[in-house]
Amino acid sequence: MIWKEILIRYGELSTKGRNKKDFISRLRTNIRNTFNDIAPLKIQSERDRMHIEIETEEQFEILMERMPTIFGIQSFSPVAFCEKDIESMKNLSLLIMDQFKEQQLTFKVEVRRSDKSFPFESHEIQREIGGHVLRNNPNISVQVKKPDVELRIEVRKDAIYMMAQIIQGAGGMPVGSNGKSLLMLSGGIDSPVAGYLLMKRGVRLEAIHFFSPPYTSDHSLQKVKDLANELTKFGANIRLHVIPFTEIQTLIRDRVPSNTMMTSTRRLMMRIADKVREEVGALGIVTGESLGQVASQTLESLTAINDVTNTPILRPLIAFDKLEIIQIAEQIGTYETSIQPYEDCCTIFTPANPKTKPKVEKVNYYESFTEFDELIERAVKNREIYRFPEKNETKDKFADLL
Amino acid sequence: MIYLDNSATTKPYKEVLNTFIQVNESFYANPASIHEAGVESNTLLDRARAQIAKILRTDDQQVLFTAGGTESNNFAIFGISKANTHKGKHIITTEIEHASVLESIRALQADGYEVDYLSVDSEGIISLQELNEKLRKDTVLVSIMHVNNEMGAIQPIEDAAKIIHANSRAAFHVDAVQSFGKMPVFFQDNAGPDIISISGHKIHGLKGSGVIAFRKKMNIAPLLLGGGQEYGLRSGTVAVPQAVALAKAARMAVENLGQSMENYKKWKSELFDFLLSFGNSIHLLSTLNGAAHILSFSVKDLKGEILINALQKRGIIVSTSSACSSKQKKTSHVVLALNTPPNFVNGVIRLSFGALTTDKDIQQFKIAFTEVMKELKGE
Repeated sequence: MIWKEILIRYGELSTKGRNKKDFISRLRTNIRNTFNDIAPLKIQSERDRMHIEIETEEQFEILMERMPTIFGIQSFSPVAFCEKDIESMKNLSLLIMDQFKEQQLTFKVEVRRSDKSFPFESHEIQREIGGHVLRNNPNISVQVKKPDVELRIEVRKDAIYMMAQIIQGAGGMPVGSNGKSLLMLSGGIDSPVAGYLLMKRGVRLEAIHFFSPPYTSDHSLQKVKDLANELTKFGANIRLHVIPFTEIQTLIRDRVPSNTMMTSTRRLMMRIADKVREEVGALGIVTGESLGQVASQTLESLTAINDVTNTPILRPLIAFDKLEIIQIAEQIGTYETSIQPYEDCCTIFTPANPKTKPKVEKVNYYESFTEFDELIERAVKNREIYRFPEKNETKDKFADLL
Repeated sequence: MIYLDNSATTKPYKEVLNTFIQVNESFYANPASIHEAGVESNTLLDRARAQIAKILRTDDQQVLFTAGGTESNNFAIFGISKANTHKGKHIITTEIEHASVLESIRALQADGYEVDYLSVDSEGIISLQELNEKLRKDTVLVSIMHVNNEMGAIQPIEDAAKIIHANSRAAFHVDAVQSFGKMPVFFQDNAGPDIISISGHKIHGLKGSGVIAFRKKMNIAPLLLGGGQEYGLRSGTVAVPQAVALAKAARMAVENLGQSMENYKKWKSELFDFLLSFGNSIHLLSTLNGAAHILSFSVKDLKGEILINALQKRGIIVSTSSACSSKQKKTSHVVLALNTPPNFVNGVIRLSFGALTTDKDIQQFKIAFTEVMKELKGE
């Protein structure tokens, strides 16, 4: 294999002034986490780019497969090296251009000559290499303004570096560079998308899920775990806090008028989430709410639910259409998991006519007859915590069978 | 017993049988059940599906488990034809398909679909030009087998796919029952076939298990209706043990592929030389360009059945051209399509190798066959 390293360009990071060093080291850690199932990577980071050494073909394939999902990477390129003489350069340029030989395309040679002692000048290299590629590839022609392929040659002190592909990265900022928030993960289509969008802006996530057995099944919990696991491929570990919610939910059903039940349920969830947020040291709460999508997502409902806390509630989907959300869900691969048809705690005990315009005072009044604080404490204390990405051992009781 | 009839079926791997038993003992719950045991079976089923999807290079959801190659072929043909009547009712296939393809298409023909059958040359290969000419605006399905089961001809699937995709809206189904696990078979982005049929028992898996796989999401009508299992496309409680056993057989086949292909090639060319030494009394139906694991030939003025019996007496199992048709007395449609000389049409026998075939088996065959020829033909 000709590729010896992957070169990573940071994009938005490069403009971040004094925080830049932190961002870069965060990105490096995230990359290490993403690839912690293969042999440790040799990563070298510089001011505006990062180099990952490639040791085997298998490693290269895994790198190329996962790299596009890591936030904080603007673009990346596989890079080949050769000796600093014009014959080796010619040979390598043919090897690199070989991947395009079936297609009819245009190209140009771009030279960066940081080692000024190299005997050939940039335009000489361009002419030598360009001519050599053209002679050997009848399908390829030159186009200087907007070529399909740019063969970049960098003449450095130690060697010649060559690359021809610039692959788009996920953009955004490295997860963890903008603090931590708690994601309310229901198992539906919206919440994983909300989590994804915040991760893209560098927010590290923990997730919380409300589990009401026997009204909701292990299937539905498994689905939420799968979603949490799927979100980890964007470059960070996620902890999922599963709250035993049956007791509180049935109590609400018994104590609160049925058309307000839904609002109260959300308020209680929010109070619990806020407690967990405090314990784990997160700064905000992320939800997948989108304005007007269901009764609990009108501005009146959001006001009533929001009333229980001062914590910033981040609702990245608030102005998104359902179809736009589905599109992102499909793109990030959570859609198929989300649409598995299991009850979640939001769909049980749903009243026929939930209030779309609940009044805060009234909801407060209805809830005032029940002492929820202790129940909340207990639910938070009895939560179960799962870590993702899952360690392989739990999965591999099936390994012998397959 | 020296078993050289691996294209009829294969002996299941020990490991595959163990998997089958263990899954039946420990994960017998219905994968559609919502209790924990069901969730566990379902997880295992997903893993099996993912393993096969990875081998075939498609998405997990594009792999459906069936009861075997025949069902997969029926499903592809009826499913695509019935779901796409708005595009047309024209089907293209070849003269040398397996009966499960030909009979399905004949049933559609009786139902008013128009069908073109591509002819093959003396090596059993279709003409791409003919394919191009037969394609029409209203062609909804082209079904071409990858490797012929009776004599091993390999069809130019990639080139056919290019022609089909460039000139029609038809779905391209490939019956890969004889090729999967014996040669590289997988999907490609925007090229190659759209649908592939696979059978478990041809690759040292179990009878009654197969897969139909799609390159991408397709408009296809289910063949079996009911509880909506397999994404609503193949109802019936999924046979998890069979599915897992198939995933295992497929993995083992692919892992051993390099070594087996090398063996098959060596044996085939060795036997070619051996059979050519009998001169005019033997006619080869297979060619060296065909699949290396299938070798079929015919002995002049002899019935295949007699040869099979004579070899069997010496502990060697081979078959007439195809196991499925060998009990019927009529001459095989493939043998006829190849324009086999009249003296040779009745004497066709087929040797087919598998992952458990050994060098010794081949040497034993040669000794036995020489004896048989002496006995029957005085040669």
